[in-house]
Amino acid sequence: MGSYLLRRLLHTVPVLIGVATLVFSLIHLVPGDPAQAMLGEGAAPADVTALRSRLGLDRPLYVQYGTFVAGLARGDLGTSFRTNTPVARLIAERMPATAELALAAMAVALGLAIPLGIVAAVRKGTWVDHAAMTLALVGISVPNFWLGPLLAILFAVQWSLLPVSGRGTPLHLVLPAVTLGAALAAIIARMTRASLYEELHELYVVAARARGASRWRAVLRHAFRNSLIPVVTIVGLQFGSLLTGAIITETIFAWPGVGRLLIQSISFRDYPAVQGCILLIAVTYVFVNLTTDLVYGLLDPRIRYD
Amino acid sequence: MTRLGAIIVAVAVSAAVLSPIVAPYDPSAQVLSLRLSGPTPMHAFGLDELGRDILSRILAGARISLLVGLAVVSVSATVGALLGATAGYFGGRIDSVISRVIDVLMAFPGILLAIALVAVLGPSLFNVVLALSVIGWVGYARLVRGQVLRAREFEFVQAARALGAGTWRVLVTHLLPTTLPALVVQATLGMAGAILAEASLSFLGLGVQPPTPSWGTMLNGGRAHLLDAPHLTVFPGLSIALLVLGFNFLGDGLRDRVDPRRGMDR
Repeated sequence: MGSYLLRRLLHTVPVLIGVATLVFSLIHLVPGDPAQAMLGEGAAPADVTALRSRLGLDRPLYVQYGTFVAGLARGDLGTSFRTNTPVARLIAERMPATAELALAAMAVALGLAIPLGIVAAVRKGTWVDHAAMTLALVGISVPNFWLGPLLAILFAVQWSLLPVSGRGTPLHLVLPAVTLGAALAAIIARMTRASLYEELHELYVVAARARGASRWRAVLRHAFRNSLIPVVTIVGLQFGSLLTGAIITETIFAWPGVGRLLIQSISFRDYPAVQGCILLIAVTYVFVNLTTDLVYGLLDPRIRYD
Repeated sequence: MTRLGAIIVAVAVSAAVLSPIVAPYDPSAQVLSLRLSGPTPMHAFGLDELGRDILSRILAGARISLLVGLAVVSVSATVGALLGATAGYFGGRIDSVISRVIDVLMAFPGILLAIALVAVLGPSLFNVVLALSVIGWVGYARLVRGQVLRAREFEFVQAARALGAGTWRVLVTHLLPTTLPALVVQATLGMAGAILAEASLSFLGLGVQPPTPSWGTMLNGGRAHLLDAPHLTVFPGLSIALLVLGFNFLGDGLRDRVDPRRGMDR
């Protein structure tokens, strides 16, 4: 396991360097002068020069890159152009809200998907299976920026059951979590069904039934655990879609998280904050993938020896 | 389901192509006195905040969605297939470099990199296609690389090489055709992804800009009128969901045909 862990960690290093380089390059892709773009066409030349100097854009590219990487090593993501506060602090203030939303959405997704996937696998080929999988495909196809407003129209506007936006009580979390978790639930349900169906035909499941285990005991105690490996992988891989989905969901429900900060920063052309948010989301994703691989290794002991 | 998907896609393509003829009104024409009116026999999907006919704008928006999808998939599949085939065929250092680039781009979840690129390049239809293609080719490259790695050991490929076929000829006439079925499936599902991504960017104000009719932009406009005119949100969203569902049904069905093992599972 040690060498597997080490190899996997070493593999992550070039990816992180690549991510940092790409994020650093973003501000240099701005057509024309980034400082001018941030201040607007009518800005005084002295102000543009001052901002260029503040952002370090007047220095050679390799110096800018070195400063950027050194800053990252210290946890310094620069200073927000809009609020004049450290980007790291801005993100840290918003992070709990995004984490809360992502975890709630994951809970919604797993709560819906696992039972649906199990029932569809056990009743494969029946109308229950077809209905479950059609529902899952619909779930994948419905965009969250449509589902969110629809849920808001029904549950907040028509029936006044839930608050329409903001963060505060657990009730505020319901609509954003369902909106964000729905598509993920559909994907996990399809994977659970496919994976469990394969396991149900393994000899150890047949043996369990032959020893007198009930059908559901054979499914839940024996086959389900082993079917979890690809499910865990897909959950990990889909965590990224949860993070990007959060950008849209937070915008719809005025949820004060990192995604909303990113969109607000884009509209104000606050490039340091944009870079900080993108970097944070990408790095989180890299580490979630790393964790997924390691959990995968724990669930299936054969993997660590590969 | 495959047939249903094909029908949905065919209807959407026909509507997009024929929209100038079949649209009941000019999508830009405004009747301010009727702004935010709900569905009526004259305006089946109602009117928007500027008194424009929503059905006509949805038909015009179908053109944008399909155009973006087609452009992104064409560019991504071509670039991805060429780079993937090159990596898989040559291996060694070339494969390492291409694979590391793929790894880095795969580290950006979903459309995050597209959001970042459009944020710095500025919102426009061209930049949306560019940004989505920059992230889109990666999936095709990985797919083709894997297929070519396997196919280059096939006897007919080795025979072609033994008979003196050059690298380019082996790649284009022997190896790439073996990847086509999987590539078509990926492209069909990719259409769904690209349409959804364009709508997401437009919804966030980073894609197609008003007054050009786009489903995502229409949904964004509807957000301000959730209470008084929900039809602004319902119909454009339904259009996106149906078209994406159509491509997903079609892609799923094609995948089952290409991969007989999956087909038998069903």
